[in-house]
Amino acid sequence: MSADPQMLAFEADCQLFTGCGFNAPGLHTFMYEPLFTVGGFEFDKPMLLAFVSSLVVVGFFWAAFSKPKVVPGKLQMVGEAGYDFVRRGVVYEIIGKKDGEKYVPLMVSLFFFIWIMNLWSIIPVAQFPVTSLIAYPAGLALLGYFLWVGLTFKKHGFVGGWKNITGYNKELGPILPLVVVLEFFSNLVIRPFTHAVRLFANMFAGHLLIVMFTVASWYLLNGIGVLYAGTSFLLVMVMIVFELFIQAVQAYVFVLLASSYIQGALSEHH
Amino acid sequence: MIAQFTLAAGEEQPPLIPHPDELIIGLIAFAIVFFFLAKKLLPNINKVLEERREAIEGGIEKADAAKTEAESVLEQYKAQLAEARHEAARLRQEATEQGTAIIQEMKAEGQRQREEIIAAGHAQIEADRKAASAALRQDLGKLATDLAGKLVGESLEDHARQSRTIDRFLDELEEKAEATGVAR
Repeated sequence: MSADPQMLAFEADCQLFTGCGFNAPGLHTFMYEPLFTVGGFEFDKPMLLAFVSSLVVVGFFWAAFSKPKVVPGKLQMVGEAGYDFVRRGVVYEIIGKKDGEKYVPLMVSLFFFIWIMNLWSIIPVAQFPVTSLIAYPAGLALLGYFLWVGLTFKKHGFVGGWKNITGYNKELGPILPLVVVLEFFSNLVIRPFTHAVRLFANMFAGHLLIVMFTVASWYLLNGIGVLYAGTSFLLVMVMIVFELFIQAVQAYVFVLLASSYIQGALSEHH
Repeated sequence: MIAQFTLAAGEEQPPLIPHPDELIIGLIAFAIVFFFLAKKLLPNINKVLEERREAIEGGIEKADAAKTEAESVLEQYKAQLAEARHEAARLRQEATEQGTAIIQEMKAEGQRQREEIIAAGHAQIEADRKAASAALRQDLGKLATDLAGKLVGESLEDHARQSRTIDRFLDELEEKAEATGVAR
């Protein structure tokens, strides 16, 4: 009982053939003891990682864009590529150049912040995707949600805003009430939830799988179990590569959805 | 072991309920990113991207201007060349015309001179003829007078003499006429 389950997620002396059952990683894998406590506020590792994410994103863009040149250096070129990817690839595509320009900084910030928070999953020592805690994606999804609702009413007025949200359309006839109710729940209640959960669940599941195979690799590493341990470790490697891909994709999807919600608020027709 | 697991599980909170502290920290962390990017770094790069775009477009505009100028100069040269060709053709035409006129003039002059010479010849011949005729007439008169003198001088001595004189006169006349005819 020497190892802290909160820090290691498993016990180092518990292995196959030692009479010890496999201690599968579960929800407790996502719980952290506070690193320190300030006036009752518990500051834990994911919070630290969130701030380090800010530092990384700001630091990178500071290095790339603080003294930009017309003929760019290498770092600026990389920064521009990332910036252009979100600006052209997402915002201009979804919202359009004229309306979208205003939301480019928000989307660029969202994309890189989320991506780096996801990326911690496979960075040694960090090894934890901050977005696998629902609060982090939820906060960002709420930002997008409030922006969407605010824009809808600002653009269409009170009645028009409600019509936009509920998909009100007289031509629907008798099924209009059903559509209105469904759209109301779908847009106003379920949408922010799915927006946050999509990111959260992907990162949660990915992290759980990596931890599972990592723990299993150690657990099986005893006697004949070495063969199984090798397979398990191979899967860890595969999962890490796969996660690298998923982390970027989920950050992209999150920003894509946020942009499409804003586009929905700005468009004339629902 | 089991106890420790349940201990950990006991501290768990439902995974889908956001922890308020984490929510706040997440939003603060995001606000930091958004602040720096939106206020300073992205406007920075936008300015440079705009400058770059202008530089590129400026370059294109310059190239366009140069091309337009080159085209206009080419047009100018072509026009000048065409004008020069036209001028040359005109000069050639003019020269041809002038040459023709000169030839005509010279022909007319030659004709005139020829006619003048012919006319002068005719006048000379006429004058010569008139002079010859006058001289002949004078000679004839003189001869007639001589003959008459001779006739009167010999005074009718005899018919023989008389007839000899007449014969002699006629012979002389004949000789004279022959001499004149040969001379002619």
